[in-house]
Amino acid sequence: MSGAPLDLEELAGRSYAYGFVTDLDTDLAPKGLNEEVIGMISAKKEEPDWLLDWRLRAYRHWRTMSEPVWQNVRFDPIDYDDIIYYAAPKTKEALSSLDEVDPEIRAMFDKLGISLAEQERLSGVAIDAVVDSVSVATTFQAKLAEAGVVFCSFSEAVRRYPELVRPHLGSVVSYRDNFFAALNSAVFTDGSFCYVPKGVRCPMELSTYFRINAAGTGQFERTLIVVEDGAEVSYLEGCTAPMRDENQLHAAVVELVAMEGAKIKYSTVQNWYPGDAEGRGGIYNFVTKRGLCTGARSKISWTQVETGSAITWKYPGVVLKGDESVGEFYSVALSANHQQADTGTKMIHIGRDTKSTIVSKAISAGHGQNTYRGLVKMLRSAEGARNHTRCDSLLIGPDCGAHTFPYIEVKHPTARAEHEASTSKVSEDQLFYARQRGIPEEEATSMIVNGFCREVFKELPMEFAVEAQRLLSVSLEGAVG
Amino acid sequence: MLVIEGLHVEVGRTEILAGLDLAIPAGEIHAVMGPNGAGKSTLANVLAGRDGYRVTAGRVKFLDHDLLAMSPEERAAAGVFLAFQQPVEIPGVPNMYFLRTALNSLQRAHGLAEIGPSEFLALAQDKVRLVGIDPALMSRSVNEGFSGGEKKRNEILQLAVLEPRLAILDETDSGLDIDALRVVADGVNALRRPDRAALVITHHRRLLDLLVPDRVHVLVGGRIIRSGGAELAGELERTGYTGLRDDRRDPVATIGASR
Repeated sequence: MSGAPLDLEELAGRSYAYGFVTDLDTDLAPKGLNEEVIGMISAKKEEPDWLLDWRLRAYRHWRTMSEPVWQNVRFDPIDYDDIIYYAAPKTKEALSSLDEVDPEIRAMFDKLGISLAEQERLSGVAIDAVVDSVSVATTFQAKLAEAGVVFCSFSEAVRRYPELVRPHLGSVVSYRDNFFAALNSAVFTDGSFCYVPKGVRCPMELSTYFRINAAGTGQFERTLIVVEDGAEVSYLEGCTAPMRDENQLHAAVVELVAMEGAKIKYSTVQNWYPGDAEGRGGIYNFVTKRGLCTGARSKISWTQVETGSAITWKYPGVVLKGDESVGEFYSVALSANHQQADTGTKMIHIGRDTKSTIVSKAISAGHGQNTYRGLVKMLRSAEGARNHTRCDSLLIGPDCGAHTFPYIEVKHPTARAEHEASTSKVSEDQLFYARQRGIPEEEATSMIVNGFCREVFKELPMEFAVEAQRLLSVSLEGAVG
Repeated sequence: MLVIEGLHVEVGRTEILAGLDLAIPAGEIHAVMGPNGAGKSTLANVLAGRDGYRVTAGRVKFLDHDLLAMSPEERAAAGVFLAFQQPVEIPGVPNMYFLRTALNSLQRAHGLAEIGPSEFLALAQDKVRLVGIDPALMSRSVNEGFSGGEKKRNEILQLAVLEPRLAILDETDSGLDIDALRVVADGVNALRRPDRAALVITHHRRLLDLLVPDRVHVLVGGRIIRSGGAELAGELERTGYTGLRDDRRDPVATIGASR
């Protein structure tokens, strides 16, 4: 993603101009983090005491922790006292028409084939004139409500459905889990909540597309999805547009709970600002995502396509507690220019005859560094557990790197884990073959890379898959040659 | 249509082509035969623009183009097609998709409208039948898991769909049974038109019996040392290349490429 470097300092500076204000009208917390700031966030959101307590416990625990250093990425130290932890979503000025949107972003939209209405939504253009979008959203809300599905912002869920939120919040990713999860638990501002009651198959694929109030929730997002016995949901996260988010650190937490026989399919296409060609700027995407197959025969499937961010550091995992539960992880991670990705999954087998499948496709181009890190753990109770892991790395050009760190722990004699790994280059033969048939070099490369990722793309919902392919092609532009 | 003059090509530090001359007029099919290591595949690859070959002297004119100055895709757009000796596998890319992408790349290069999936399907179906390729292979990845014969048929299918001005076949006949051989020959013969030409590189006479080339050239030691009509292929089979090798001592005796 080429273009003018995002001037973080300038953007940050603009916010700083307000100084240490507590005036509620500005909707901006003072810089830095302490219990008062957390109290203010909680008060602003009119949260119940139990949630404030929980935040404070997380904060106190976070104070005792230090940033992890084991990951295979490099970045300058983050000054946690130099971050504004709460800025209301509406700090971005609403634009009145698409003409005001950065032409470069519009060009990118066009390349991705995103519809005008969607472009307006993604750019934050006020949509009062677009009656259709509003009615569409309303129609979907009505349809969901009819099925008994709750799908709303996290804040709204806390207010309206505390009995659904409270038992599950932190039940999959404890605030003690890791440094960034603790930070998120202390300061998260909003996110998504989804609840699918017993036996209900969610009538549509849920995505943030239809949840307008969740736009711009910022850097510490929290998502909780609870699916009851025999229910099913497919959830799409992220957008394929080149969102130039001004937040540098993203530390989100996603928790999924699947009860008996429940199925959750969670698909992510992440394309945050990756920094410029020289590696300046870009998002640090440090995210904790985990699913808990708590009931027997439940299934959680993660599919991710990661092409953005300067640094991606995440391991969507599944805890397979219920007997015969199934965990899946399909991933495509691209690191071009100076991007770094250290990503993979954790499959924790607890129940009997639990099964997991991991397919990871890592693509490195330019100076990109791509690391697969995966943990497959089969506890003593995991009789008959099975795992199959495949990690394929594809290198484009001489200056990039691919690394694989599989960790496998098997404690039951009947449990079995298989690991396959390969590293290959986009072969000269393949490129020449395609070019000889008339296909230009860039297009040929992206075709070969898309072919390499096909196994993962086919796990994505149809429309997402098409966008993911385009996105990959756009991200590879200029990475060839 | 194609005029090669004094072509010298090195691979690494070894000179493979040593002053090769060859001219193929439009409407003709020419065969190049020669022993292993004579430079046959080098010739094919240099014409198609593959990396790893250094042209140290000579020039190649194709229609109005200075062929050697063009990228592989530009050459393809100008109408050069190489049927590969070893067709390449591209995992995850469906065969049909690859073929349509190739055709549309050429359409674009010629400023023509792209061909939509359904229109393309209709167009491809005929050719698929003609080439006798199993339709199931069209939805599989390009050449992945294809047998040797299937790969070659696939090359001919691409040839039939892309309809190049100049088809170069690099030992496409090697290892083929007689049925597959006929497919190759029919594929090339189908393109026999006044504005097209073919360069068929082969070891064996069998393909030439089916194709009946207008000219046969003998490539030995990086040069064309003899040229003749279709009957030269038969003569070669009797005498072998060794009998011809002596001709090189006296360049005058060499019937070079007709200019």
